Amino acid sequence: MIQPTLPPRTGVGFKPEHFDGLIADPGPIGFVEVHAENYMGDGGLPHAQLARLHERFALSVHGVGLSIGADAPPDRAHLQRLRRLCDRYRPESFSEHLAWSSHGDVYLNDLLPLPYTADTLSRVADHIAEVQDTLGRRMLLENPATYLLFAESTIAETDFLAGIVRRTGCGLLLDVNNVYVSATNHGRSADDYLAAFPLEHVGEIHLAGHDVSVDDAGAPLLIDAHGSPVADPVWALFERVIARTGPLPTLIEWDNDVPAWPVLRGEAIAADAVLTRFAAMHAA
Amino acid sequence: MSSDQASFAEALLDPERRVPDGVTSHAHPAPAKRFAIYRNNVVVSLIEALATRFPALQRIVGEEFFRAMAGVFVRAHPPRSPLMMTYGEDLPAFVETFAPAAELPYLADVARLEAARTRAFHAADATPLPAEAFSDLEPTDLETLRIRFSPSTAIVRSSHPIVTIWAMNAGEAEPAPIEDWRGEDALISREGFDVVVRRLPPGGAVFLSRLLADATLADAASAAMQDSATFDLAENIAGLISAQLATELVRMQPPAS
Repeated sequence: MIQPTLPPRTGVGFKPEHFDGLIADPGPIGFVEVHAENYMGDGGLPHAQLARLHERFALSVHGVGLSIGADAPPDRAHLQRLRRLCDRYRPESFSEHLAWSSHGDVYLNDLLPLPYTADTLSRVADHIAEVQDTLGRRMLLENPATYLLFAESTIAETDFLAGIVRRTGCGLLLDVNNVYVSATNHGRSADDYLAAFPLEHVGEIHLAGHDVSVDDAGAPLLIDAHGSPVADPVWALFERVIARTGPLPTLIEWDNDVPAWPVLRGEAIAADAVLTRFAAMHAA
Repeated sequence: MSSDQASFAEALLDPERRVPDGVTSHAHPAPAKRFAIYRNNVVVSLIEALATRFPALQRIVGEEFFRAMAGVFVRAHPPRSPLMMTYGEDLPAFVETFAPAAELPYLADVARLEAARTRAFHAADATPLPAEAFSDLEPTDLETLRIRFSPSTAIVRSSHPIVTIWAMNAGEAEPAPIEDWRGEDALISREGFDVVVRRLPPGGAVFLSRLLADATLADAASAAMQDSATFDLAENIAGLISAQLATELVRMQPPAS
């Protein structure tokens, strides 16, 4: 089983409009991340850009369509597409989400929540084992941003993730914005969540912006919108994580209302400053 | 669990359905507004995917009409694949039967043109033959010669001026009244990584379609002449060379005698 790793530096979610800026003025960027499904065409500009980026930067392939949390096993044809993509580019990381996005043959194009029970844990572990066997590599599983809970859930999300890691040997992708969004949405403490999170298995961190709303009862409701700068409380949580772990590969995601390259680069520089500060402290 | 994901999925695409059983929140036992976030994410993200693939269509009918039409399409034809680059293959056929768009009979063919552009954008790379490859052709070669095409090559025929309409709504031509309303056949192909749309000359669509179906140059030319009396073989061969469509010339062996 291949266990390649990303460098403990900052990265960005790649947008084609940033290609020239990224090549000419990468700043502290050590890796780029792409959504796997956008590179499953036969050829053309997407593959040409990806090949050039990977000559220069480490690469994280991030799937959004595998539906690992579905009640049915992963779509075998899609798994084979992922295998071909990973075989072609040999990325330093492959990751997916603790969520489902397909039901039957309908693809819903969103990361949907699942209840956390012994049954779902066993099923998700089976799906991840199949993914890792097919790809011949260890994957990272990302904690979700959720807006709902399930009455039938019996396991805390952090215990669920730790159980998956134990059963499959996969790693984790810690999305700090998702931690903050979910904790706020469910009236819980993000710091308590992180205290319970198995940080020793984290292979990558995600940071992103969120939108602010209110729910049916007037309670605060945060939306994982990826369309704005990383919020201050998320930066603070990120610092507390890195203080405990030392530098980890840290990605800025900005998928909607995509800004000009210097703005995204600025976010990466801010993340890099945190990594650099705590690298020095951990080395001391 | 199985039935739960089924009812969750159904409720996502049907705004009339109530929040699925077993779904809750710390603040409210029946969190309709929270469920609506998922509902909104699904439908809006799919409408966005269509708007990305069919920008000229949106420009023609306006954003409000497009989003309403796309919303109906999304609920009736949700994607069957996680590859968003393939979503909307059946939008043109839907547009054709969408009653509120009936007064724009060219809309479906413009959508076919845009769908072909996305396929061309993602098509496999190919190296076009240089123009010199065609320079020493003899008239007798036409009987034995077939052409292999770049995988990006596509033809959309229409009884409406779809290339002109598309160009005016894709920022490629100044919008202006169309004085001479006649059918246009579009050639969609890629030059390097750029997708290019051209208007085919008379008979050109039949000529290229036959060649794409592996006919010899002579057979394709003969079919094109039947389609249009003004078909010009030299002009059409020059056109396919300049559009970088050909990747290989295949010569059929003359029968042994």
